[in-house]
Amino acid sequence: MQLDDLPLNSHARVQTINWAAIPESEGHRLRSLGLEEGVEIEALHKGILLWRDPIAVRVGRMRIALRRKVASAISCELVA
Amino acid sequence: MTGTPPLVALVGNPNSGKSSLFNALTGARQKIANYPGVTVERKSGRTALPDGRPVELLDLPGAYSLQPDSLDEAVTRDVILGKLAGQRRPDALVIVVDAGNLDNHLRFAIELIGQGLPVVIALNMIDLAERDGLEIDPTVLADELGVPVVSTVAVRKRGLDRLLIMLAESLSKPRLQEDEATESRKQITERAHRIAKRAIIHETQGRQWTRRLDAILLHPVGGVAILLALLFVMFQAVYGWSEAPISWIEAAFAALTNVINAQMPDGLLRSFLTDGVIAGVGAVVVFLPQILILFLFILILEATGYMTRAAFVMDRMMAAVGLSGHSFIPLLSSFACAIPGIMATRSIMDQKERLATILIAPLMTCSARLPVYTLIIGAFIPAQNIGPGIGLQGLVLLALYLFGILGAMLAAAVIQRFVTQSRSSSFLIEMPRYQLPRLSDIALGLWQRAWVFLRRAGTIIFVASMILWALLSFPKVPAGSTQSQVEYSIAGNIADVIEPVVRPIGFNHDIALALIPAMAAREVAVSALGTAYAIDATDEEQAAMSLGPKLAAKWSLATALAFLAWFIFAPQCISTIAVTRRETNGWKWPIFMVTYLFALAYIAAGATYWTAIALGL
Repeated sequence: MQLDDLPLNSHARVQTINWAAIPESEGHRLRSLGLEEGVEIEALHKGILLWRDPIAVRVGRMRIALRRKVASAISCELVA
Repeated sequence: MTGTPPLVALVGNPNSGKSSLFNALTGARQKIANYPGVTVERKSGRTALPDGRPVELLDLPGAYSLQPDSLDEAVTRDVILGKLAGQRRPDALVIVVDAGNLDNHLRFAIELIGQGLPVVIALNMIDLAERDGLEIDPTVLADELGVPVVSTVAVRKRGLDRLLIMLAESLSKPRLQEDEATESRKQITERAHRIAKRAIIHETQGRQWTRRLDAILLHPVGGVAILLALLFVMFQAVYGWSEAPISWIEAAFAALTNVINAQMPDGLLRSFLTDGVIAGVGAVVVFLPQILILFLFILILEATGYMTRAAFVMDRMMAAVGLSGHSFIPLLSSFACAIPGIMATRSIMDQKERLATILIAPLMTCSARLPVYTLIIGAFIPAQNIGPGIGLQGLVLLALYLFGILGAMLAAAVIQRFVTQSRSSSFLIEMPRYQLPRLSDIALGLWQRAWVFLRRAGTIIFVASMILWALLSFPKVPAGSTQSQVEYSIAGNIADVIEPVVRPIGFNHDIALALIPAMAAREVAVSALGTAYAIDATDEEQAAMSLGPKLAAKWSLATALAFLAWFIFAPQCISTIAVTRRETNGWKWPIFMVTYLFALAYIAAGATYWTAIALGL
């Protein structure tokens, strides 16, 4: 499942990130924010009105906001 | 080394409470300047070790790692590595770590410890971590990392004494060698997670305040409504609360002028003091109330953690024109004044987006345009209602604001597509926990921003006012001449040159003349028109009252509308141009900005004029 499809309030683990699909500077910042393979995440909020973009995600103990386009390059699996 | 106190740098992730700790340690004794050669702000201050020795503290820009992805982060890296020319390398580091976000912040801490400088770790915001249900053992952290760890709550001044004791100890130890075998990024991350896991001895769910608040403030519909309501209150405050202080300031400067007029004989020196110095300083100071109120709101929104939420809510709309939520705050500030707005673009990571934001910031209707709008609308637009509670005058004012925003959005789209050639904007941001800001941090921030504004904008507006005074005062009109001083002056002669250029868009000689002094600041156009129509008025409001009917008699409606359209777009503000030069490190972009804005203003004014003529207005 891609991160942008992750239902709200469900916990998941990042499996693979398609770094090639993400611009280099954003990939770098993504790593800085701790969003890497193996990390535990939770979808918290989705953006305004009908766009539902960007999305807010809990990564470890912090919350980050990212656009769906980047989120769609991140595969994750649900954990109980 | 004798004589110079040791230099200690505070370094840590954004949102680690680093600046609060810096404020708590140094108090109000801070120096703000720029790092040599770059526009990154350098904050330093002094504090004393327990034995009385002074130390110089440096508040480095927040960073996530020593691999920079912004100008700020590059400065942090260069200072720590001792590679920034003109800045000595720190003798020790205080690494500020958010106790509630150990996993992430420890990675940077581990990387920093590897640099070999003496280090003390401030385990900050330990109270918030406890509120969130975390119990942390600092001794485990100290053992694992091999450096002293002190629990602190910067905003409550807790743990500062112990921090300084440990710092004094570290400074007396010899410098370590840099780690030869630097760990890979992956190893650092794994180690950080392992240490965090060991240091956290107990974890419960906590109250989850941030999550509950976010459910409201980031709500897909409610969140938008709350943001709009907040903006409404903010604008009401910026314009409403500032009225009284602005009139006090104007009265004070008028009184000063009267004293000088009464005490000094008429002459060049008196004219220099009243029309030059006092008018120039007054033009700067009169902006302070609005700017302070705006900054107060922005500082509170930043300190509570709401600002990143506002960016989240606005991001998708900004994306439509190639910008992102990051641009929202600078553009919002620009409604009061483009100068703080342009300075606020430093927080934008993407350099192309930052440039585009700087270039469109002057299109946001700043407070200096209001006196001009008020004058023309009052003189030419009838005060009638076109619907229940909908006045025509108010509607025209709203339209002027909306045209500015529309122009900015179009300009942003074109600039991002063809000038910066940005393929797509990006939005990736950490959303910190909500917290109650400390009053003294807000007060200090307000004071610092006001000071920076007065110094940067103030000197420029002041110098520009001096030059304009000279242009309007020389050469002296000969006694007995039928010409006014203004028309006889250098400025008057320049107006003769400009007039044929602006005649096709409906401007007359008086407008051409008023546009010259209005380069200093837009609202000066009002008093300049007053002078041109030989009206003796001391301030803009007074000028507007008697000037209105005169304008209505002399100008056609088409000319008046063209004049309004001109002011939506025209870059009539030397300070904005100067700040743009500073922030973009050269003349290329300010020249581009001035050119495209004048072109837009000319086209808009011309189109308005000829449309109005065609409609028989």
